[in-house]
Amino acid sequence: MTEVSEPGGIARRLLLRRAVGVTALVLITGRNDRAEAADAQVVIDNFSFSPTPLTVKVGVTVTWANQDDMPHSVVFPTLKLKSPPMDTDGTFSHVFDQAGTFDYVCGLHPFMHGQVVVQA
Amino acid sequence: MDIDPNLQRRGFLKCMTWAGTAMVWTVAGGVPRSQIIGTAEAATTDFSFVQISDSHLGFDKAANPDVTGTLRLALDEVDAMKKKPAFMIHTGDITHLSKPAQFDTASQLCGATKLTLHTVPGEHDVLEEDGKSYLNRFGKGSKGDGWYSFNAGGVHFIGLVNVMNLQANGLGSLGNDQLEWLEDDVKNVTASTPIVLFAHVPLWMVYKEWGWGTSDGAQALSYLKKFGSVTVLNGHIHQVMQKVEGSVAFHTARATAFPQPAPGTAKSPGPMVVPAGELKEYLGIANVSLVSSKAPLAIVDTPLAG
Repeated sequence: MTEVSEPGGIARRLLLRRAVGVTALVLITGRNDRAEAADAQVVIDNFSFSPTPLTVKVGVTVTWANQDDMPHSVVFPTLKLKSPPMDTDGTFSHVFDQAGTFDYVCGLHPFMHGQVVVQA
Repeated sequence: MDIDPNLQRRGFLKCMTWAGTAMVWTVAGGVPRSQIIGTAEAATTDFSFVQISDSHLGFDKAANPDVTGTLRLALDEVDAMKKKPAFMIHTGDITHLSKPAQFDTASQLCGATKLTLHTVPGEHDVLEEDGKSYLNRFGKGSKGDGWYSFNAGGVHFIGLVNVMNLQANGLGSLGNDQLEWLEDDVKNVTASTPIVLFAHVPLWMVYKEWGWGTSDGAQALSYLKKFGSVTVLNGHIHQVMQKVEGSVAFHTARATAFPQPAPGTAKSPGPMVVPAGELKEYLGIANVSLVSSKAPLAIVDTPLAG
């Protein structure tokens, strides 16, 4: 509560310090196999996937969110995984339950490439 | 305030130059020629047909919030033709998301012209049920994924499907089954018969980086070498492009929905919003006749004068 009343500069520094703390916590839990993995998101915009490659732990749910004004889809040939077409604001989620490096493309515009790296 | 009806029409015509309209094709002496409806209508020949493309029914973003309206305007122009064309060809992306309601709207609007409609699917028409929703509506009497041929006005027409198995780089593909069928289909057609081949994705390599080409398009064209006149009609790229190679003339049509950027001029091939202030500039670029009339096969694209 005292933090709120402090001058902006100090409050920001505190916030930053907290952010660093949170990051550190994530890194620690990341090394811990028991830790529940955080979900990840890939944004589709202007005919590209971002971020790519995306590195996640086994068990993570990855959600693709189409923010483009054209429909797109996600096709993983090696996983035989194909999303329905996502129109603007549409999403598609998949849980990666095996480790590996998986390339994917947009089914409508296969010149759009992405990659998900799943670590054990 | 009264609005001069002539001005309204002019505004509409300008709009249609970028939003696209139907192309009318006439065949004289085995030479298909194209022009946009509303210019000097080719009433001198007996046989003509109309090409429309990329209506993307269901699209509602900034590049054109009313694609149904612009398709309707294009069809109104077809309706207004003094000399009825023999039929209409739609070179794909009839719908935006292959939804039943979108196909229904297309059938209803195109049906109102009372013209027979020949279609090939675009990749946006085969998003549901592996293309079944398209085939059930438009694929009657076709082979495989929807390819077919027919004769009209002394011309042999061939509709090909190159959107069912897009290649890793985004290029269209025809596949062996269809190529074999094509080779067989033209075997007994005499070399003097003009050929009109139509498919959604350009059969020639327009721009590889955006998948604007067909990986096995050259093989398809190799079966047509004996013919003196081959015209290839495509859509997909939402702009006019033309090329003549020997006896083969390639032509892509404008969309009735929204324009797309010229190859490589934008980061992506997404819908192009045309600001009102720049429209005139844009029209200047579109207002070009690209093909020499001295070529054995001449295709003349004449955009609306506005």
